[in-house]
Amino acid sequence: MSNLLKNGLFRRFVSILLLIVIWGVVSKLVGDKVILPSPNDVLESIKYHASEDLFHHVYITLFRVFTAFFLAMIIGSAIGIVMGRKKKLDDYFDGWLILALNIPALVTIILCFIWFGLNEVAAVLAVAINKIPTVTVILREGTKAIDEKLVEVGKLYNKSRFEITKDILVPQLFPYFISAARSGLALIWKIVLVVELLGRSNGVGFKINEFFSMFDTTSILAYTLVFVLIIMSIEWFLVKPTEKKLTEWRL
Amino acid sequence: MNELNIEIKKKVFPLKTQNKQSINLIFKNLNFTIKRGQFVSFFGPSGCGKTTLLNIISGLDKNFDGWVKKYNQASHTSYMFQNPRLFPWLTAIENIKYPIKKKKNSEKIANNLLKKIGLEKYKNQYPNRLSGGMQRRISMARAFAPNPNILLLDEPFISIDKKISNSLRKLLIQLWRRNKPIIIFVTHDLDEAIELADRIIFLSNLPSKILLDYKVNLSRPRNQNSKNFISLKRLLSSTTKTVKTKK
Repeated sequence: MSNLLKNGLFRRFVSILLLIVIWGVVSKLVGDKVILPSPNDVLESIKYHASEDLFHHVYITLFRVFTAFFLAMIIGSAIGIVMGRKKKLDDYFDGWLILALNIPALVTIILCFIWFGLNEVAAVLAVAINKIPTVTVILREGTKAIDEKLVEVGKLYNKSRFEITKDILVPQLFPYFISAARSGLALIWKIVLVVELLGRSNGVGFKINEFFSMFDTTSILAYTLVFVLIIMSIEWFLVKPTEKKLTEWRL
Repeated sequence: MNELNIEIKKKVFPLKTQNKQSINLIFKNLNFTIKRGQFVSFFGPSGCGKTTLLNIISGLDKNFDGWVKKYNQASHTSYMFQNPRLFPWLTAIENIKYPIKKKKNSEKIANNLLKKIGLEKYKNQYPNRLSGGMQRRISMARAFAPNPNILLLDEPFISIDKKISNSLRKLLIQLWRRNKPIIIFVTHDLDEAIELADRIIFLSNLPSKILLDYKVNLSRPRNQNSKNFISLKRLLSSTTKTVKTKK
């Protein structure tokens, strides 16, 4: 046993198991399904919903998450890089950025629905607008930290602006892209659920609202758990390996 | 045959001290020409504008009054900086290939240079995993990769072990001899200047002027402990002192 505990992966496994046991004990003590269903109830509920329309709604939500994510990453990075490189633009638009950072997600969502109607475009746009300022801030800091001395090497060998961006700027910005992507994914799926709850008739958020009106805690936890697991697997099997591959040059 | 002609009428550097803007005059009427294949050392105290001079010649600094004339139209200028300035995300060989990436035979040229600098074994290593001396070798190989007509070196061997800097100087002479580009080597170490250069240009404090332009007639390889070397060093340090006091 103590030998096994030396293995990092095993320790993680034990910790998750412990969490489930605690959950089971607490739910037993509470003894009310509406307040806290047991792990077993939730598992049964997942099985039931999976045979119904769970994956249909999960798929729709995932699609919204990724569209909004890529939109926010591309637009946010572009603005961040420009602001980081051009001092004047940074001075002009820094105030706008702080304003955008402080607008509550709920306000952007409602405004988007008012302006563009209760449709898919408004939903995705509302989520992306919420995330863009944070991506911008992270990439702006990254751009300011760029080593100009390495950029000079590119200029010395007559590389074009595009080549310098691709070969010298982007590799230096990579850790910042990853950090923006990581926090982005976590934030975006939470906002997508709110958007679905307010103005869509499908997706995980819509279903959770439906279960809320029936006080069906078990189904709420079943949907949440499935979605959290999907987002976690994206982190483990996509973001982490990419990060490892692209930053292996670091000590 | 002249290949490089430099006339700097005026170069200033804005200085900001306690919110007061002042202007520092670095060069005024600094003119010189360099012949093809010549190894020139610029020797002077630190802060006399040596790095600025190299930045002007390389074209990185265009903010000055005057001109840099390169007679060979297809002239390539390479630069080995004070720090190796390798790209940490590229391997040793990728770093060497960087200036000539578009050429078809870049792989072959880089492999050849790796062999010359004795780092074939480390070709796929990232710079962070190599010692300071190795990084400088790679940086030197990268500077030679585009087969430059003009190669600028900005005190590339300071702050490293004496033994390593000795071997790096030997390597530099070896690589230079293959195609004999003009070398402009900036240093504040007189021994280094005498060991390497055909010609030493002594610079004064700011605003920097040429104190002495001396042709070195010692045969290579030069030994810092030989009699001729030591007497030349004595001669040069005493003449520059008298020139300085006269001016």
